[in-house]
Amino acid sequence: MTTSTDHGRPDPESSTFDPARAGRSVSDRGETVCVIGAGPTGLTAIKNLTEHGFGVDCYERETGVGGVWNWRHDRSPVYASTHLISSRPLTQFPDFPMPDDWPDYPHHSQLLSYLERYADHFDLRRHVWFGTEVVRVEPVDGDRWDVTTRSTGGYGPERTSRYAAVVVANGHNWSPKLPTYEGLTEFRGEVMHASAYQDPAQLRGRRVLVVGAGNTGCDIATEAAQQAAHCWHSTRRGYWYAPKYLLGRPADQLNDLMLALRVPRRLRQWLFHRLLRASVGDLTRFGLPRPDHRMLETHPIVNSQLVYYLGHGRVTPVPEAVRFHPDSVELADGRQVDPELVVFATGYLPRFEFLDPKILGDDGTTGRPVLWLNAFVPNHPTLAVAGLVQPDSGIFPLSHWQSVLFARLLRLRETRPGKTAAFAATVTARAGERYSGPVKESSRHWFEVGHADYLRALQRALHDLEAK
Amino acid sequence: MSRQVRIMRGREWARPVRPVRREVLEATPGLDEGRPPLLFVPGFGHGAWAFAEHWLGHAAERGFSGYALSLRGQAGSGPAPEATLRAYAHDVVQVAAGLSRRAVLVGHGAGALVVAHALARYPARAAVMVAPVFGGWATAFTALRRNPLGTLPALVGGRLRCSRAQLFGRELPRDEARRHLSRLGRPARRAQWQLLLGREPEPAVGDPPVLVLGSPEDRVVPHPVLTRAARRYGSAPLLFPGMSHDLMLDARWREPIDGILDWLEKEPSAG
Repeated sequence: MTTSTDHGRPDPESSTFDPARAGRSVSDRGETVCVIGAGPTGLTAIKNLTEHGFGVDCYERETGVGGVWNWRHDRSPVYASTHLISSRPLTQFPDFPMPDDWPDYPHHSQLLSYLERYADHFDLRRHVWFGTEVVRVEPVDGDRWDVTTRSTGGYGPERTSRYAAVVVANGHNWSPKLPTYEGLTEFRGEVMHASAYQDPAQLRGRRVLVVGAGNTGCDIATEAAQQAAHCWHSTRRGYWYAPKYLLGRPADQLNDLMLALRVPRRLRQWLFHRLLRASVGDLTRFGLPRPDHRMLETHPIVNSQLVYYLGHGRVTPVPEAVRFHPDSVELADGRQVDPELVVFATGYLPRFEFLDPKILGDDGTTGRPVLWLNAFVPNHPTLAVAGLVQPDSGIFPLSHWQSVLFARLLRLRETRPGKTAAFAATVTARAGERYSGPVKESSRHWFEVGHADYLRALQRALHDLEAK
Repeated sequence: MSRQVRIMRGREWARPVRPVRREVLEATPGLDEGRPPLLFVPGFGHGAWAFAEHWLGHAAERGFSGYALSLRGQAGSGPAPEATLRAYAHDVVQVAAGLSRRAVLVGHGAGALVVAHALARYPARAAVMVAPVFGGWATAFTALRRNPLGTLPALVGGRLRCSRAQLFGRELPRDEARRHLSRLGRPARRAQWQLLLGREPEPAVGDPPVLVLGSPEDRVVPHPVLTRAARRYGSAPLLFPGMSHDLMLDARWREPIDGILDWLEKEPSAG
């Protein structure tokens, strides 16, 4: 139900002069909760918090909802051909399904329209301050938070509002991670990060080197296979390329069928290895290195087309690049290639520039927050980071249940403080826990989760919290 | 009713319900005053037509947009002989999520059970259970006693046939009753079984207010069963004495729909 709490905008009359804030006035928003970001995770946080009776102020730096899925946003990484890599049932919000006549793997424009409908259906936009970015989030006495905002781009004055709780939902796919190479600055060809890639026209007729075997790297490599004069695909090691369909159904649904039947992980890995060997075959015959890990140990790479274009000779697999020369790129095996365009599909890193890293338990060297359930912060019971997960499914259901758990936790703070104290103790004791089997090391592997492992842990936490 | 929230839905993720063509009849008011839309869900055998007869138009006249759905395999919706309650609830949630605002779900007869299942998957603004048939043996025995010939085949997997005496009161003209009876369809076999042996609905998400209404003279839902159904939702049923099971087709159809709309206008969190 919608809340009876006041939803009004911060009211200048309730401002108090706070000497600790260097003479700036702080408007007290009472029991209102602040949500940072109106992407999918921010939207579901608004929806679930209002459903539990909280007033919500959401700050969004862009002018629309949808976050990374809104191609109009300047930080959106989507390119023209972006489709989901997890199928519909594993991607949609658990209480607001996508239309069942949509394809198994919808296009990014469909996803944006889904998120816009979600916002309209639950009347969420009235809680969002668009074109407003969060500059600082600081803890104050009584587990409350001072949130300082200003217009996006740094125009206008800053204003500070005090909130009962904060949900950080600023996303983790907008700050490009760029590798450094010797001689990269002298390289005469064009260099771009995949975040700047939008349309296959950028590749047409050129010699392209794609660096990175993530889902984006593989997508761009297959587009280059169709459009470019030549495409080299540079990967650091061998990977498992899962097709989108296996045994006549979306591959992730097959995995979930086995999960529902409680097939042990080792057996699932063995079955997938056999299935891939039987249907796709041995990829080393295309010159790809043999995978150095088992399936389900890295974030799944779902791409049916890459192998197809390898087989057509449209993509040449090459090892890691080691050095850039003005006219060529030197590879780990000593070979030289001469691309006109290098696309770094090397991923993104999460960033929380408005928060002191120490609050999230990051000692300032690793850039990795230490949280429980990837969301709850030790010693800060009214702060949650939502959507900081990289699951082998869609993120939306995970974000949904994170925000439900957080909303119920905030509700219980008033009625059953004993329960919330026990929860806080659990957060401190178990911060940093992982929710997947063994995972290969990389700079973002630490928030990789198995959706089943993670949601089971979340369900246990919810049941423990609500137990009599 | 189990009170615990269920997060893991492995079977549903692995085997999503297949889409079928869904018949949705609608009546919208000329002026949109921001009221929540009503989604009517018919009981077994009935289709969207049962609400299109009187209730949809009346709701629109009072400023509520009304939508009536035919469950799969019923009336104008696509055929689905193997449909289950899960597929029926899926249809309801799909139509509800396709509306522009959070909807009020109104279920009649076994449609109320479908709505109860749908409420666990969609945070409706409110729910109304009209002469709800939540199934179980008590309902089956009542039906056997009132209409043995129509009910017995259903117990062995055949067709459930409702009789005129079960559904309609004496005030309804004979040819009109006959016209409605001829339009009754056949519910899916598996859904019929689930009415008898199915699982309890999970708790509703979003804590919607629920109104239960019916008639003490209902020959499908006896008064104690109706009271028990209302108690599930922590209230007492709103009673319309002298009416039959098909309240939306009864000669006095206006009273219950006005009761529903009045309740929606008064209920602070529903309107």
